[in-house]
Amino acid sequence: MSLLFYNRSFLPGIILTTVFAAAALISLVWVPYDTTILNIAEKLKPPNLAHPLGTDQFGRDILSMIMVGARTSIAVALVAVGIGMIAGVPLGLAAAARKGGLLDEVIMRMNDLVFAFPSLLIAVMITAVFGASALNAIIAIGIFNIPVFARLTRGAALTLWNREYILAARVAGKGQARISVEHILPNVANLLIVQGTIQFSLGILAEAGLSYVGLGAQPPTASWGRMLADSQTMISFAPHLALFPGLAILLTVLGLNLLGDGLRDLLDPKLRRART
Amino acid sequence: MSLLGIDRLSLKIHGTPILKDVSFAVDPGRILGVIGESGSGKSMTAFSVLQLLPNGAECTGNISLAGKDILTCSETELCSIRGREVGMVFQEPMTALNPLQTIGAQVAETILVHENVSKAEAMTRAAKALQRAELPQEKFPLSRYPHELSGGQRQRVVIAMAIALRPKLLIADEPTTALDVTTQAQILDLLKRLVAEDDMGLMLISHDLAVVADLADDLVIMQQGEVVENGPARSLFGAMQHPYSRALLEASSHVPDRLGEAHKTSLLQVRNVVRDYQQHVHGWWGATTHFRAVNDVSFDIRRGESLGLVGESGCGKSTLTRAILGLEEVQGGEILFDGQPVFTHHHANKDVRRRMQVVFQDPYGSFNPRWRVEKLVSEPFHLLQTPLHGHERENAVVEALESVGLGAEDRHKYIHEFSGGQRQRIAIARALIIKPDLIILDEAVSALDVSVRAQVLDLLADLGDRFNLTYLFISHDLSVVRSITDRVLVMKAGEIVEGGPTDAVFDHPNHDYTKQLVAAAPVLPVGAA
Amino acid sequence: MLRYFLKRLLSLALSLVAASVVIFLALEVVPGDPAAYMLGLNAQEDTLNALREQLGLNGTILERYLSWAGGLLTGDFGISYTYRTPVSEMIGDRLWVSLPLALYALTLSTLIAFPAGIWAASRRGSYVDTGVMGATQLGVAIPNFWFAMLMVLVFAINLRWFSAGGFAGWEAGFLAGMKSLTLPAIALALPQASILTRVMRSSLLDTLSEDFIRTARAKGLTRAQAMWRHALRNALIPVLTIMGLQFSFLLAGAIIIENVFYLPGLGRLVFQAISARDLIVVESVVMLLVFAVIVVNFAVDLAYALVDPRLRRRR
Repeated sequence: MSLLFYNRSFLPGIILTTVFAAAALISLVWVPYDTTILNIAEKLKPPNLAHPLGTDQFGRDILSMIMVGARTSIAVALVAVGIGMIAGVPLGLAAAARKGGLLDEVIMRMNDLVFAFPSLLIAVMITAVFGASALNAIIAIGIFNIPVFARLTRGAALTLWNREYILAARVAGKGQARISVEHILPNVANLLIVQGTIQFSLGILAEAGLSYVGLGAQPPTASWGRMLADSQTMISFAPHLALFPGLAILLTVLGLNLLGDGLRDLLDPKLRRART
Repeated sequence: MSLLGIDRLSLKIHGTPILKDVSFAVDPGRILGVIGESGSGKSMTAFSVLQLLPNGAECTGNISLAGKDILTCSETELCSIRGREVGMVFQEPMTALNPLQTIGAQVAETILVHENVSKAEAMTRAAKALQRAELPQEKFPLSRYPHELSGGQRQRVVIAMAIALRPKLLIADEPTTALDVTTQAQILDLLKRLVAEDDMGLMLISHDLAVVADLADDLVIMQQGEVVENGPARSLFGAMQHPYSRALLEASSHVPDRLGEAHKTSLLQVRNVVRDYQQHVHGWWGATTHFRAVNDVSFDIRRGESLGLVGESGCGKSTLTRAILGLEEVQGGEILFDGQPVFTHHHANKDVRRRMQVVFQDPYGSFNPRWRVEKLVSEPFHLLQTPLHGHERENAVVEALESVGLGAEDRHKYIHEFSGGQRQRIAIARALIIKPDLIILDEAVSALDVSVRAQVLDLLADLGDRFNLTYLFISHDLSVVRSITDRVLVMKAGEIVEGGPTDAVFDHPNHDYTKQLVAAAPVLPVGAA
Repeated sequence: MLRYFLKRLLSLALSLVAASVVIFLALEVVPGDPAAYMLGLNAQEDTLNALREQLGLNGTILERYLSWAGGLLTGDFGISYTYRTPVSEMIGDRLWVSLPLALYALTLSTLIAFPAGIWAASRRGSYVDTGVMGATQLGVAIPNFWFAMLMVLVFAINLRWFSAGGFAGWEAGFLAGMKSLTLPAIALALPQASILTRVMRSSLLDTLSEDFIRTARAKGLTRAQAMWRHALRNALIPVLTIMGLQFSFLLAGAIIIENVFYLPGLGRLVFQAISARDLIVVESVVMLLVFAVIVVNFAVDLAYALVDPRLRRRR
């Protein structure tokens, strides 16, 4: 375990991630100020003792808004990663098991097709059809995550399929599906966890971007991207409105990326052996 | 004075001692063989001479090359020595060349780096160097890329690069280990000829005593970073002093004792088997071509015998193995095990498959790194209709582990906790656990150091007698096949070209290809052991 | 080479057809009749029919797809439901902002990433390496529209070096146009440059540990010579892949950044069209961007063949 604390990335990564996850969880039961109550008397206050991060144009506490906004960001990104993994990993495993076959070809071509639609374009299309909502942001980011995980799984699984222990399992009479679950999946799990944290952080960035242009979470749902959009016209006289939500995004994404880097180093047995 | 003199060389990498007081010399026109098993420090000695060591390396002692003290040279001086005074040939010809440059450009680069000549002249001289390495311009123009050449041809390009400036010293680090035996013989001949022509000194590094024995004037044997034996080859073979070098010599020519006798009845019958591969040349919508990997092959394996199957890479022996194991369907002929087909209705016949098991070559790749030994060894239970459970299963695992010389407590460990030889024992335990009749050994000892290899061969001979096993022993290594098989088949380009009792085939080969193989196989001097 | 080219070309055509089908079907499921929406509640049935005919809304779904796709091929994107002008004209104007912006950003990102990645890789483990990697860590994590807002605050509002938004127009001269695209391009380029730097560095480090680099060193090449002559070109292959992917992120990212700077590009057009429910404009812009992504990936595939002889001459 002490190894965890020597890693330059893992420790700051896990601390930052924990702080924001905790902020989101705490906001479910307690926030410094209720963000649904407007208090015009207190509007546009710079950071002070009562409001450590200041207040917005309606007198709402920025710290409370950021805590509630963390909930939206994390929920959207987490579900989107879930969609990507649940659909992408089995597709990747199946494609690798049937390498060169029609199934592989179909899965990979569909992947290529989805890759041609950046998640923002998917969101634009969904919004044009169904209107904007946080759910649409989840679907748009989630769909884009599917080929990411499918490709990663397929690539890693393909090298594993050439290992002799797979041949040994086939000699033991095991079928492709069983081998995929028993041998391939546990050996690509590390990679998936690392990619999962990366997609998580990309999801938070994407959610913020979509909300910023109005394609994501709609009011009254608090969201970091929306806070930034609202602050834009006031940036010259109330820069703190733009500063803190942006920092929240930056630090959360940074934390997740560092966590991903740290996990990659710690979970890679090759690197681990080299260090000890 | 010697061309290369190494005197009390010690090397530490990040404080870990790698070499300890290594001393030896290479003279012009002489071949020095450096022999050792993996981890003996033989390659690191070579890299010390060129000072191409990993970060954190620290050399002490003395390396003198034609009077120059290498260890005190600046990086600029070293660069002018590398390639001009010392050439180097590496183990892996497949990766030793830049895939994006033509072979001509890569050979010419050696010249351009050291001499102020025009590109055209460098190219002309590169062509000459390739010619000397037996890659004539008519067939292998300078414009070829590495991926268009075979392994042996690429190794010739590397050699051409190394000798383009006629260096005084050539270092060859396992130059033929990755090559087939006939190619190996050609490359060794080439090196020998170049040494004689240029009056070069050659430091030939190998794990294989027999490869070096044919060629070397002098020998150095290394163990764990130290030189344990050093002297002229001819006298040394008769009079090894150090226990390690004697053990190494014994192990290199080891013949396990075997008692069992073959029965008359056939266990496995291979009848006119054909195995075609479809190749999708241009994606799945493009044209397909067929490649016949196994062509009309027939043979029998008798109960209790040990049959060898030898051939070079790509000859179809692995394909044949997969067909016998019922992993792939054949396109013609049939394979019968004890009278039953191994493949029925496009599916492997489970009744047959549970009576066959296999041991693969790679002791590192043949186990799932995330499973404990217990689960690894008991995987073939999946073949049984009523797999063992609980205590019975555990007892079976313990029994299998103990029969290959491992302990009962080893079943709780992961595979990375074992050495290469131990892993191969675990692979044998996995093959034994469902008490098969036939075990296929697919290059099962090829990746092991000679001393470990001898132990595993002894184990196989012993197990064969105890459990009345039949072996199909597949290998490219003639000496190993000779030591453990009763009969042998020689395979070339998908066909069996010759077969018969092992000693008879190797002593009096009939087919041209067998003759070639036998002639190319390196052998230890008679009476060496 | 020709066979490789034709194969990629076929795959390009198939991708385009598939993408157009997806986009067409996605917007086909929208409830409501655009013609009714355009003419309001009191429209006569025969005027509605005439408009439907004009917009290509009559006929089976296959006929409508074919007429839409056929129009795309000839540059006829249809007629905007709200403005009643040809969509191709609307897009044409905006393209002259969005495309230069994406190319500007790509150029910036390449100019930053190549030297930084090479520098970090050649000094692996040094303070330079640590510094560059730390900076890219920040660059990847920063939301680019927020970075854009901060730049507006500093360079436009406080220092007054640039205008806070809007586009001078190319009529005002090339330099004036480029000047109004500079802050947006920097904002777009920053995260991409960070990613590209990391890819360049790790790809170069991977290549430097290959056997053929050792061969080159044994020939007498210095560390730097081995890197420039042998490692760099080999390291370029994964870098090209990422650059291809990045172009699509730059185009899509431009949609957001254009909003920060009030640039009259495709992004602004799309949002206006969404709020006006002008679906044919949305459809056309999405198709155009997807087309660009697919074509760029095709170009990357061709670039591979230029770099790698193994693709050029398959035996």
